[in-house]
Amino acid sequence: MNRRVVITGVGVVCALGHNSQDFWKALSEGRSGIAPLESVEPGLLRFQNGAEVRNWDSLRYFDEKEAGMLDRFAQFGVVAAREAVADAGIEWTPELREETAIVTGSCVGGQGAEDEGFVNLYRKNIPRVSPLTIPRTMENAAASRISLEMGIVGPTYTVSTACSSSNHAIGQAFWMVRSGAARMAIAGGSEAVFSLGFLKAWEAMRVVSPDTCRPFSKDRRGLILGEGGAMLVLEPLESAQARGARIYGEVVGFGMGSDAFHITQPSADGAARAMRAALADGGLRPEDIGYINAHGTATQANDATETAAIRKVFGAQAGRVQVSSTKSMHGHTLGAAGALEGVATALALHHGILPPTANYNEPDPACDLDVIPNHARQAQVEYALSNSFAFGGLNAVLAFGCARR
Amino acid sequence: MSNEELTERVRRIIATAQHLPEEKVTADSSFAELNIDSLDGINILFAVESEFNINIPDEAAQSIRSVRDVIDGIAKLLAEGPGGNKEPVRA
Repeated sequence: MNRRVVITGVGVVCALGHNSQDFWKALSEGRSGIAPLESVEPGLLRFQNGAEVRNWDSLRYFDEKEAGMLDRFAQFGVVAAREAVADAGIEWTPELREETAIVTGSCVGGQGAEDEGFVNLYRKNIPRVSPLTIPRTMENAAASRISLEMGIVGPTYTVSTACSSSNHAIGQAFWMVRSGAARMAIAGGSEAVFSLGFLKAWEAMRVVSPDTCRPFSKDRRGLILGEGGAMLVLEPLESAQARGARIYGEVVGFGMGSDAFHITQPSADGAARAMRAALADGGLRPEDIGYINAHGTATQANDATETAAIRKVFGAQAGRVQVSSTKSMHGHTLGAAGALEGVATALALHHGILPPTANYNEPDPACDLDVIPNHARQAQVEYALSNSFAFGGLNAVLAFGCARR
Repeated sequence: MSNEELTERVRRIIATAQHLPEEKVTADSSFAELNIDSLDGINILFAVESEFNINIPDEAAQSIRSVRDVIDGIAKLLAEGPGGNKEPVRA
């Protein structure tokens, strides 16, 4: 028997703040966290801006030994999970620890840790690499640390599907809770992208904007990379109600698929298929959807293709759906994108406010949707989608419902 | 460098990157004829940048659709002097 699955806790670390309140405040004010890069020396890259987590003092959250064991990406994931669990007011019992799942997403894991070890080896001719490089680099470092710290012994794993990682992670966790395979889940993802080697590779891809991130705007010039982590606590509606938990919203559907088209070019058919699958999984019709948190990377290709995909799914109703890309504020956090955007979508339904597409200048006929330009809107929608479309052609879409509907 | 030499080097780079026989790549070939898609295109530009030690700006890269576009673009950047352009790229 399928259960209804609700979100009872959220946690966020990103360029907009180190907790979900600061995150939501910035999103609802349409304030962008994109700024000149601090972690990379100026002049080394063709692009200058990013959405970095500022003033991150790991010793505020971890003792020295713990901090040394955890790459920045894992720290973001752990701190977000702590906030989500505290926010949900979870009281652990041995049974609950046995039946809770942890599913996280990450595209590249501990880039910083790997870089550090390899710079010593390749450049400084130091013939030893720290053994901690292995546990710090692994993509599951955040999931494992959350498990260790909270004593959670249920199904724990990490999904790595580039920019769709977190949506796949949340979708898998949702299905586990819905089917009863898990009694609760902590799901989301984290990423720390600002290591020089990785940034040089993004530079060579020629998709990073030299100024800022302007999704769906005619003058968009590419994506802006961001870092951070976000986690959601998912549990069955009945148990959340029984313990009197605050319910932010419901996860109602998950759809995924592969383009089988091209390794980096997007496909409107593949994106549309994943949106339709999420609707079908949640028993929803296109007309039920009032808001879409778009993948909206601000590359020429994504935004036009995503618009075409939305038109395929929503047909004549596409103009009625309100769409925004919050990447314009927190940047493209790759494997953490779905987690940040899932929290943004849940909070939008909870507060009755739709976050805008910031930095928007000019309508593009190829992106002729209502993209909520620059200013948040008061609007209580019942259902929303959150899209993630990855390099490699892997698409994952979540459907959320308002708790008060 | 003569125009002939530049053309030969570009043909060789593209043939190598695309795993094509060099005679298939002519100065008049379009990327479409050679089945060069967007990812192949940026990979070719990466090889060109390495070979000539130049930096091709993203905006210039977007308009490159043929072997001739690559040759002309390189000639222009080389004419601008060592380093290829004024972009602040040291790495």
